[in-house]
Amino acid sequence: MAHHTLTGTFGEEQEELRQVVRSFLSRHSTEADVRGLMATTAGYDPALWRRMGSELGLQGLAIPEQYGGSGFGCIELGIVFEEMGRTLLCAPYLATVALAAEALLRSGDGAACEDLLPGIAAGETVATLALTEEGGRWDERGVTARAERAGGGWVVTGTKTYVPDGHTADLVLVAARTRAGVGLFAVEAGARGLDRTPLPTLDQTRKQARLDFRAVPARLVGVEGAAWPVIERTLATAAVLLAAEQLGGAARALELAVEYAGIRVQYGRPIGSFQAIKHLCADMLTEVESARSAVYEGLWALADDAAGRSADVAVAAALAQAYCSDAYTRVAGDCVQIHGGIGFTWEHSAHLYVKRAKSSEVLLGTASYHRERLAVRLGL
Amino acid sequence: MELDFGPEVADFREEARTWLDEHLVGEFAEHRGVGGPTDAEAWDVRLAWDRELAAGGWLGVSWPEEYGGRGLGLLEDIVFTYEYARARAPYRATGNALDLFGPMLVALGSEAQKRRFLPRILTVEELWAQGFSEPGAGSDLASVRTRAEPDGGDWVINGQKTWTTMGQAADWLYVLVRTDPDSRRHRGLSMLLVPTDQPGVEVRTIRNLAGQDEFAEVFFTDARTRADLVVGEVGQGWRTAMGTFGIERGSTLLPQQLTFEREAETLVQAARARGDELEPELRHRVVQEWMAIRIMRTTNLRTIGELLAGRAPGAQASIAKLYASTGHVRMGHLASEIAGPAGQITGAGYTLDARQRTFLVSLAETIYGGASQIQRNIIGEQVLGLPREPRP
Ligand SMILES: Cc1cc2nc3c(=O)[nH]c(=O)nc-3n(C[C@H](O)[C@H](O)[C@H](O)COP(=O)(O)OP(=O)(O)OC[C@H]3O[C@@H](n4cnc5c(N)ncnc54)[C@H](O)[C@@H]3O)c2cc1C
Repeated sequence: MAHHTLTGTFGEEQEELRQVVRSFLSRHSTEADVRGLMATTAGYDPALWRRMGSELGLQGLAIPEQYGGSGFGCIELGIVFEEMGRTLLCAPYLATVALAAEALLRSGDGAACEDLLPGIAAGETVATLALTEEGGRWDERGVTARAERAGGGWVVTGTKTYVPDGHTADLVLVAARTRAGVGLFAVEAGARGLDRTPLPTLDQTRKQARLDFRAVPARLVGVEGAAWPVIERTLATAAVLLAAEQLGGAARALELAVEYAGIRVQYGRPIGSFQAIKHLCADMLTEVESARSAVYEGLWALADDAAGRSADVAVAAALAQAYCSDAYTRVAGDCVQIHGGIGFTWEHSAHLYVKRAKSSEVLLGTASYHRERLAVRLGL
Repeated sequence: MELDFGPEVADFREEARTWLDEHLVGEFAEHRGVGGPTDAEAWDVRLAWDRELAAGGWLGVSWPEEYGGRGLGLLEDIVFTYEYARARAPYRATGNALDLFGPMLVALGSEAQKRRFLPRILTVEELWAQGFSEPGAGSDLASVRTRAEPDGGDWVINGQKTWTTMGQAADWLYVLVRTDPDSRRHRGLSMLLVPTDQPGVEVRTIRNLAGQDEFAEVFFTDARTRADLVVGEVGQGWRTAMGTFGIERGSTLLPQQLTFEREAETLVQAARARGDELEPELRHRVVQEWMAIRIMRTTNLRTIGELLAGRAPGAQASIAKLYASTGHVRMGHLASEIAGPAGQITGAGYTLDARQRTFLVSLAETIYGGASQIQRNIIGEQVLGLPREPRP
């Protein structure tokens, strides 16, 4: 384990970033904002998206300066995701930053990065990664869409679904097979032969779409047939960042519960003075702080890896996803319980956290899926 | 777990490693990993090992030099603790004095008390045990009834303590007693230092559920100690006692962590050895416990990082004991399930193997140092700020 783990967790600059993002979101991702946006089909506010990119530089945070970003790393991204998770920000941030930009960067395709990343960094482009198909699998075998050479370029055929923000993305990176194996292809939103259908989602705060490709013109990103390691590594990074988002949501759900337990009076006492409730809150904190450790281990592994130090990113990512998926679901559920009847209403925000927890649980693979991966790694 | 403590302490670390390599041999090496914080196993060997450490100058690394310590910093202390755990040296017999009583005395004792007692802890000349709990005062420690009255230049002590870890071996006890007979709860308590070698102190060993002679009950009948052997002020014993709990939480992190990691590794090996016969549900439970130990590691690193940076540890330090102790018990249940019926057979005379012992002894971890229920009360009220439950 590297030395930086022992010299404190976050530096001053990182804490400042957290404050900036928190105060921005407290103004622009209020519960009213979330409720307003979740009721729309697009599911995000394009004007706010541009401000996030241009004023705060959030989309370009971990994009190298040569591609228009500010060249920070995953630790900073982790902080941003945690803050976004707290307020349930409705925006295609995970799709654009954790999936698409990361895949582009990992592809090693300098030309594609030069062409496509600056738009993302500036907050002009919404992007996503189209990987899963009808079966909802996150492994290589799940990819059956095909790509073929056509003219000087490529065309993609097949169906992708459960694609985060797939209906609003300006740029779609598609995983498709050629004779050489799985490749990554860039498709523009307006391309001929691409049909995009928004899917009605249980968690309305994060949108999904089905994308039908009928010989859609596409640009090969990286080397033909060599994309799976790139995608796998992208998924590992995204798993840690999603875990950070889950942590933020869980921490906020706990705060809501504790706040309510301190003011709601039954039997002449605040319910938080009853041990059944107090102990539940203590267990929720235990889950949240343990989830935080799982996220930090993941972030440290990514940072070590980026700095060329040895780190088992795959294991740290699987651990973070497996733990945080369970933890968020549990804490968000307990938050409803502690609120009693009011927690069961549409008007209260508790259900928004439950639903985000549930959709995050299956995004990038369930806890069981990640535990299974760990089991294999442990030789079980 | 492999930690890099940075270049400042590289020499110190090397010195510790080399010394441990050279001295952890023979009988000591045979007792690698033996013992625990409340454990009497291989007592004589462990005591001899403590004396070996004392001779090498490794006890009290961060204690002031004037009291026989090495006067180094928290970082060196952590480095040595880490190297020690890494080498799997036997658990120190005098752990209570080194980890709890000594630091408390350094912080709160009088100059005379420090000069009198601390050096003898570091040379392992005097053994100490903690006399807080009583039959009627466990979790509710403020209801202590053992009382002490002034008599000339002495205190005269009457009452009973219980669950005193290794009380049967102790030369001295630090006891929480009521010095104001009319006081209630935590007011009017004092912390006294009492020699056991006197007719008024009777120590009876209690056998624990693993069959070990681990703790004792202690009866005081007009026992005596000198008037100046009160730590802190008379009537302020509650604060003094609470100080030791803070210490108890911090000091045991690293050795416990490494021990748990080894146990998790053993668990994974045992599960692997079952091959295809391992039920899918058990596979996932093994992964879950393995994950819990990894998470514990990061939680501990976060706390150590904050301590080294001179900051007060965050909320994770408050949940660490609850998380670790409940997880350890779960891991014990799982290990015994994986071992199957063969794991239920002991040696003759109730001799237990390491897994059996570890499991049984783990059942105490959710009780001592504040039971899990009490931990949850503390987390709820002191960390989350929830309203207190009505108390007398
Ligand atoms: C192995 C071991 C070593 C020990 N070593 C020492 C030692 O060296 N010196 C020493 O002084 N003591 C020692 N102890 C004693 C230890 O501190 C006490 O056992 C502990 O504080 C619990 O007290 P108790 O045993 O009286 O249980 P009780 O306090 O009677 O608790 C019984 C049960 O009730 C629960 N409970 C109690 N109060 C509440 C509440 N308010 N709300 C909810 N639940 C509650 C507890 O969680 C527990 O489950 C040791 C104990 C063990 C097991």
